[in-house]
Amino acid sequence: MSRRARLALFLPAALVLAVGLLWSFADLPPFGHYSGIYGIVLGHVAVAQREATNVVSAVTFDYRGVDTLGEEFILFAAAVGSAILLRAQRGEDAAGAAAERSDRRADVVARPVRALGAALVAPTIVLGAYIIAHGQLTPGGGFQGGVILASAAVLVYASGQYLAVRVVRGVAPIEIADALGAAGFALIAVGGLVFGLAALHNFLGYGISGSLFSAGIIPLANVAVGVEVAGGVTLIVAEFLDQALMRRRSG
Amino acid sequence: MTALQATALALVALGGTGVVITREPLRQAMVAGVFGILLAVLFFLFQAPDVALSQIGVGSVALPLMILLALSRIHTDEDGDG
Amino acid sequence: MSVFPYIVAGWLLLVGLWGIVTSRHLVHLVICLSVMQSSTYVLLLAVGYRHGAKAPIFADIPSGTQVVDPVVQALTLTDVVVEATVAALLLALAVQAQKRFGTVDPDELGALRG
Repeated sequence: MSRRARLALFLPAALVLAVGLLWSFADLPPFGHYSGIYGIVLGHVAVAQREATNVVSAVTFDYRGVDTLGEEFILFAAAVGSAILLRAQRGEDAAGAAAERSDRRADVVARPVRALGAALVAPTIVLGAYIIAHGQLTPGGGFQGGVILASAAVLVYASGQYLAVRVVRGVAPIEIADALGAAGFALIAVGGLVFGLAALHNFLGYGISGSLFSAGIIPLANVAVGVEVAGGVTLIVAEFLDQALMRRRSG
Repeated sequence: MTALQATALALVALGGTGVVITREPLRQAMVAGVFGILLAVLFFLFQAPDVALSQIGVGSVALPLMILLALSRIHTDEDGDG
Repeated sequence: MSVFPYIVAGWLLLVGLWGIVTSRHLVHLVICLSVMQSSTYVLLLAVGYRHGAKAPIFADIPSGTQVVDPVVQALTLTDVVVEATVAALLLALAVQAQKRFGTVDPDELGALRG
């Protein structure tokens, strides 16, 4: 289809879509006057029922845990899919010595930048772990903390230590982390069945709200998801990095 | 709606438009990073700190980085044998 | 003004779609898709917002305080992260397209297949 024809097809369709959207917006509750019963009830009962002060976490990992299980496997499949797609090309390229390339890169990055990057790695890991661990108490959790942990791996690269990333990566540990996180959450979901309850039932003691070990399975689920997200994002970035560097080396 | 929320919404609408009309992908990756931050600010103003945290991590670090790496690979392919 | 947030969400959807339809570069197309996805975040959070309500975190506010809807926030926060990995998958496909066909222009790709 030519560009002109496609645009000619798009414009009327977009117009219809816009009118339809406007029509539906008119019937939505006006902004700021939310009236969904489910959300309002949860806001009242979640802390008392689950001892989790972060109601969003309680919804994500407990009340609507099934949704999160699905989301989590989308993430897993996407990470594995990207790795497979990018690796399919690895065999096609002329194999070269990655170490040689990383040595050259180490020279390119200015020393102060490398020092700063290296110095930031540890605090970033601590921040990520903190965000994951306090998921049921304050804003944060496995998804947010996992991304922060993955960015720590990126910092290692930015500080010019691609060699270190390769060693850390060694492919296996990151993949195993990704798989373990996914499996961990699934196991927590099955845990409810083991104790003669429904799947994803919160089968652990709730503890006292506000303490680090409260809200039953929510902190565990946060850790599992955190490990999975960190593993998945790092895996994707490492594969892209491999591709980008490999081409430049052989080219 | 507070003035702050209205401003953030307007900025998000402008930012989204900016991302789309930036046709050069390398420049677009940068604009997309800024758009990600604008979205995060809007989420904070909508009283959604959890979502904002997610958005900061993804919108300002993960997504632009992946785009840059993919582009770097595509560009070297273009320069090379193709 | 009470529909302004919804209009912004609709605008992001349409402008992203326009970008996809007119895109000349697969990477540009993927980023436009992420703009479209952000429209759902804006819409969901706008629907769940209540005037004067606090964030649904009871760490430092008394129980019984009016809070915004936690359900839409839970939906959005997981999707933000999942969307990034899906975008990565699409970017990997774009890299493959460049490798296999030597172009990342969707029009030329269509022409190649005949």
